[in-house]
Parts: sequence; C-alpha cells; structure tokens
Amino acid sequence: MTVHLDARIPTGPLADKWNRHRFEMKLVNPANKRKNTIIVVGSGLAGAAGAASMSELGYNVKCFCFQDSPRRAHSIAAQGGINAAKNYQNDGDSIYRLFYDTIKGGDFRSREANVYRLAELSVNIIDQCVAQGVPFAREYGGLLANRSFGGAQVSRTFYARGQTGQQLLLGAYQSLERQIKRGGVAMCPRTEMLDLVVINGKARGIVTRDLVTGEIASHTADAVVLATGGYGNVFFLSTNAQGSNATAIWRAYKRGAAFANPCFTQIHPTCIPVSGEYQSKLTLMSESLRNDGRVWVPKVAGDKRDPRQIPENERDYFLERKYPSFGNLAPRDIASRAAKEVCDDGRGVGETGLGVYLDFADAIKRLGRAVIRERYGNLFDIYQRITDENPYEVPMRIYPAVHYTMGGLWVDYNLMSTIDGLHVTGEANFSDHGANRLGASALMQGLADGYFIIPNTIGDYLASNKLEKVDAQHPEFKAAEAQVAARTKKLLSIDGKRTVMSFHRELGKTMWDYCGMSRNEAGLKTALAKVRQLKEQFWKDVNVPGSDAELNQALEKAGRVADFFELAELMCIDALHRRESCGGHFREESQTADGEALRDDENFAYVAAWEYAGDSEAPILTKEPLVFENVKLSQRSYK
Amino acid sequence: MRLTLHVWRQAGPDQPGKMVQYEATDISGDMSFLEMLDVVNERLTDRGEVPIAFDHDCREGICGMCSLMINGVAHGPMKGTATCQLHMRSFKDGATIYIEPWRARAFPVIKDLAVDRSALDRIIQAGGFITAPTGGAQDANSILVPKESVDTAMDSAACIGCGACVAACPNSSASLFTAAKITHLGLLPQGQPERYRRALSMVQQMDLENFGSCTLHGECQEACPKEISIDTITRMNRDFIRAGIMGTRP
Repeated sequence: MTVHLDARIPTGPLADKWNRHRFEMKLVNPANKRKNTIIVVGSGLAGAAGAASMSELGYNVKCFCFQDSPRRAHSIAAQGGINAAKNYQNDGDSIYRLFYDTIKGGDFRSREANVYRLAELSVNIIDQCVAQGVPFAREYGGLLANRSFGGAQVSRTFYARGQTGQQLLLGAYQSLERQIKRGGVAMCPRTEMLDLVVINGKARGIVTRDLVTGEIASHTADAVVLATGGYGNVFFLSTNAQGSNATAIWRAYKRGAAFANPCFTQIHPTCIPVSGEYQSKLTLMSESLRNDGRVWVPKVAGDKRDPRQIPENERDYFLERKYPSFGNLAPRDIASRAAKEVCDDGRGVGETGLGVYLDFADAIKRLGRAVIRERYGNLFDIYQRITDENPYEVPMRIYPAVHYTMGGLWVDYNLMSTIDGLHVTGEANFSDHGANRLGASALMQGLADGYFIIPNTIGDYLASNKLEKVDAQHPEFKAAEAQVAARTKKLLSIDGKRTVMSFHRELGKTMWDYCGMSRNEAGLKTALAKVRQLKEQFWKDVNVPGSDAELNQALEKAGRVADFFELAELMCIDALHRRESCGGHFREESQTADGEALRDDENFAYVAAWEYAGDSEAPILTKEPLVFENVKLSQRSYK
Repeated sequence: MRLTLHVWRQAGPDQPGKMVQYEATDISGDMSFLEMLDVVNERLTDRGEVPIAFDHDCREGICGMCSLMINGVAHGPMKGTATCQLHMRSFKDGATIYIEPWRARAFPVIKDLAVDRSALDRIIQAGGFITAPTGGAQDANSILVPKESVDTAMDSAACIGCGACVAACPNSSASLFTAAKITHLGLLPQGQPERYRRALSMVQQMDLENFGSCTLHGECQEACPKEISIDTITRMNRDFIRAGIMGTRP
C-alpha cells in the first residue's frame, strides 16, 4: 500500500510553467464560489494571506488559530527580511538568479518548477505588500531600500527595520480582518485542530477543541488548507514560539498524508546561547547582523581572557578563513557547522563554552555608532536585555539553534498533499527549500503560497471534483470526535509523576544531541531507542493537571508533546536512511577530506516521502525522484 | 533568589477571583519573568495543584500575547519591555511581587491571568487596513514614500497589540492602540483614500467595545513595550474631527 507521488509539474519551459498552468487550471464560476467552504488552519503569513485572498475571491472561508488573535502567529517574529528578484539595485539580480540561488542553497534537494515559481512570484509579493501599507525601509528619494542577506551576493532583501515578519503579517492580518468584517471569513481563535476527517478519500473537514471551553467540535468543508508552520519545537529549545506545534500536520499524516524529508531541519547560526536549565526558548539574532559583524573565536583553546584583550593575531575569524569569498555571509547550515566545529575544538566562548563572538568593533569604527544603531538598534537592545551585556562595547556571543524545518507534508505543484483536497502551505509543507533554506526566503514562500498559489490551485481542485454534501453528523466526523475526546481523557487520567515539560525537555535534548547539527548511524539508532522509551514512559507517567472543560495549558501542551514523540521517531528514521550529507542534514559518514558535506546525487537525489502504516509498523518510504533539467548539480562551494 | 508572589487566581470568567500567595525559591536572575512562572507552575504541578494560566507565545517581545500587571505596572518595571523580555535580575532578592491580569471592562478575564482581547481585533476590522485585494498592485517602486514618513509610520506600526496601553490607562481607553494604526496607515500615500473614514470607524468601534475615553494622562506611552508616542493620539483626534467636519460616513 504505497502512495503514488505525482508532483503534477506542468510541461514546457521552466519560465512558462506557472503561466501555462494558470491557464490550464479549471475555474470556479464566480456565483458558485460562495457555495464552497474552505477551512484554513493557521493564521501566519501563509494562512492569513490564503484565507484573506480566497475570501476576496468569494469563497466561504473558516480560519482557525490557537492564539487569542490571528495577529500573533509566529511569522510575526521573523526579523531580517524578504527576498524578491526586483533587481532595483541594478546588481545583476533576476528571477533566474533567485531561482538558482534558492535551488543551490537548498543543496539540490528541491523541485525546479516550484522554486522557479517562487522566484517569479517574489516580485508580486513586494507590490502587494506595499499596496497594503507595509512600511518597508526607503531611501531618501522615496524608493525602496534593499540589503544583502545570508548566502546571497546581490542586494535583494526588503525589510522593515528588524521587524519584517511582523509588518508582513500585520498586512495579511489586516486584510484578513477586513474579510472577517465583510462576513467572508469566520475566524475561530483559541481553537486547536486535533484531527482531520477524510471521507471517500477526500479531506472534508476537521475536529477541533475550543481551548477556552474545552468543547470538541466538527467543521465540514469542501477543501482543507493546513498552514500550521514548522515543527522545530520537537527540539524543545528552538527559536519557535512556545505554542508552535506539529499536531495538525501529524494528525493529517496519520490520516494518510505523506510526510516529506522530516529530517531536514535548519539550525540557525546566530542565536543567543543557552544560559540555564530553566530556559524555555532561544532567541534569534537576525543574520543580517552578519553583514557587519565578524565571527571569531580565540586561536587557542581555553583562552578565557576578556575578548577585548585578545589581540588581532590571536583571533580566528574562522568563517573568513574557511570561506574567503562569502566570509561571514556563508549560508546558515555552513556557518552553524563551522561554529560547532570550533566549539567542539574547545575554543568556544562564554561560560558554557558553547558560543562564538560576533564582533561589531570594526563596523563601528568604520561606520560609526549611529549607523550601526540605525541598522541593528532593536536587535542590540534585545541582546542587552537578555544577556545584560552591551554589544556596542563587548562582542556578542552567539550559538546555533533550531530555527526552521524544511521538511513537512508532501505536496504536489498545486500544494495538495497525498490526500485529495488537503492542501498544505508555508513552512508546514516541504516544497521549496530543499535541504537548507536561505535567509529571507521563508516569508517569501509563506506569502507566495498564501496570496498567489493556493487561491488559484484550490479553484482547480474544486472545479475538477464533484463533492457530495457532508454534514457534521457523518459517522467519520463522529468517530474522529470520539477519538479526540478519548485521547484527551486518557492524557488527564494518567496522573503520573512527571510534568509535560520535563518530558519535552528530555526529548529535545535527545534530538539535539543525536539528530541535530551532525548525525551518524550509531547516534541515530541510540536516539530512536531513547525516543521510543521516553514515549512509552510519557504515556505511563505524565502528570496533566486540571480538567478538559476549561482553559488548560498543560493539557494543550501534553497533546502536542505526545505528537512530537512520534514525529521525532520519524525524523530519526529519515535521517538514518539518508546516508548522504546535504544542506542542514550532515551525516558524519559522508564528508569530503576537508570536512565539508558530501552529497550523494547518484543515490539520494530524491524526496523521501513517508507514509503512516500503523502505530507499531514501520513507516513506508516512497521516493519522488528530483529531475534537474535546467541547473547542473554541483558540489556547493562557498570558498 | 527567593521571591514572594501574590498571584490573581480566577477559575473562570464568571467565578470570583482572589490573590494567592506563593513562595518562589531558587530563582535565577537570568530567567525571564515567564520562565520564573514556568518554574512556579512546574512545582505547583508536582504538588498536585493547578498551575497558573497566563498567555504567552513568542517569548521574544513581538507577538504581543503576554500581558501581566506586575506590581501595578503593565509589563513590569523595565521601560520599553514586554513581560516575556523582562528578566528577574530587575528584582531584588527577597522581593514581593504582585501579579495581576490586564484589568479593563473590555478585557474580561478568561482564567487567572489570561484575558479576552478580541475587542482589539474588532477595532482593526472597523477600518485598520488599506483596501488592497490580492492581485491588483502596481510596481512597488511606483509609489514613492519619503523616508521620514515611512520611518514615522514604522514607529507606530511597531505596535504589538498587547493591550498594555489599555491596562495602564485610568480610563481603560484603547486610544494609543487605535491611534497607532491610524497613524501608521494615515502617514502613507497608500492610506490616504480611506484616511478619514478609517479614523471615524475605528474610533466609533472603540467606543462600542466599552473602552474609556482618552484624557491624555500619558500612562499608555509609559507602559507601551514599543514606546509608541501619544503624539499619535493627537493625529487620531485631528483625523476624527476632520472626518466629522467633512461629513465622512463610516
């Protein structure tokens, strides 16, 4: 019983595919659109943009988020910027270059057609956001400003101070609120999706729990869109928000949606290092800081001097040394691994030895304090608030942290999963970033999916399928409701000795140690055993206080952590099977003589899509071969 | 550190609430305020008690989900800082800390320290947007925006919608929140066509939601984690009055 993976990539030249596809797709008659109900789960960039845009087209939309307002989705925390191939700077950028950079940055593990479409739509996104009033940075003449950003040699990143994600999300949120007022979108905040309902092979709705009253309810639809973000919180400590979770996509996986490349996680090089056991999250320092900051460690292990006392010739600017052409701007996976290497070498800084310096002394000397404040003022403030150190005076300390997950539910060119009618957008799908995401590309993908792709492709699905009417009394809905209720009861009834957080922390540590920045066969096998054991213990010994008929944050968390255990297992299985290094997935067994990642295109140039086969069965692997007709696969080099 | 906490406990919207005292021991100065509450909750759970409910999500000061009146001050003692970014080193060892929810008629308590702030969403619905449906936008650089305008607009656009301004205001007015959005959009050329209608509708909605009126105490700008200025309120009032003079309809 394996799924058939048809990516449904349109034929024809790369640059014409999307245009041609838009013409070939079927349309829904304007008068019929309001008869179609579409459920959107999640209200971040992909969710809010999708819900608003589909409502504008006339569809009847129902949108869900677990926060108290759609404006709080975690897209809001993105700092640095959004890429677009506008070539406003006349520095040689083009759609093709953005496409090429993204494919190469993803270490040739993504689809050409999807990535090209993303690059193509990037220019429309900027236009759309400016029209909505997003206050992107400007030059004195009133034109838009750009900056260069991790891994790119052109200036194509648009930004709104260090709050680009916030401003883009507020743009989408405001459009969404306008549609809510108009009656086109029914918004359900503080509501969590706990199951997907599939009837006759098609996604027909979801089962939710109202987080305030505990009520379990069914919602029917003609199509379901999951825009629920990534699963970085498997690692407990990550830059994700506390509530970010994998439950929606995991429930969909267990209902038959294939999960693609689960082991592809991105470790971001510039985060504030961990300071104690109680720590609940890691804070990202935008990598735009690497434009002006220089990364270094002392040359000699164990050098505990004040960084300002260490003379130039006793410092190792390791990124500049190893990657002279990209220097401090080397892509995230490479910069992270390099930092890990020097720390493993005993040259890490700070109390824990898990940190490297990001030094602005040269930039301040060159540009002056005022310019640095203008560029990074708010980031410096955040840093000082957390660490109690002044980065204008003392170099920042940074260390890599889990930031983004490239893996996600498998989708075809129309962003539809292996379940008919179930679409997946934004970070929740696997589609565009391959094995490593370049900086300022997540916002681009979320908005491309939400504003421009899903509103088009959903129409094709609805127009091509005759959907019989279903209501919430259907046995499939009732069965799903009963399962959700039983699971909730079970969690509350265990009444064990350990808190949810203590389990989550232990799971995270296991994953970070064995399935983090570098992985090997023995470690992954250890992780698998540990995760399984921990999962078993969780279901025997977790303590979830309170009841199910009230706001119960421990219960919410328990359900999410229970799913993280299962997902963690799949991540390790995937990491174990991919015996090559690519992008964020570094297998120690597969490296070049000088310690760089070594890809194995002959055996692994495919998308690994895993299908659920039962709780005690091994998941089934199906491969979608990646065909490269336009770019030549090359060993990624940033030297 | 060792702290004495007095925390507002309220089982549900219609239940009576009260302050309950807890001792928080072994607290590190490097913990954030919410991490300190995590530790307290872990211990309550281990003792078989119900943990304290409080809203939080990003824990990096941008999502606006966290709240808390700390010793009577919205988001606590550190200026320009949301509760999640407040660290325990701001308190003295042995200190007593009072922790309450946002208090305002328009923000009913859901449980303990969590309140319902959906009124703020409805103010945005009333007009806090630029009508720009997906698809019809012109090239981004064909709209010139002076750097000064966009920088000032950004100062207001930085609002995280946490509601501290309401909680800090003796009248429980949402004027700073509303004015920040009116200012952000009203300063941009794209926001001009709907400028007066926007001001009128949003202010009317604010009144409908049972927020109080502004008497320019200035507590809001003191409490605002993004340090948004009450100058924006002057701008809102000007646009609102102008809308009245021009006979603008909502």
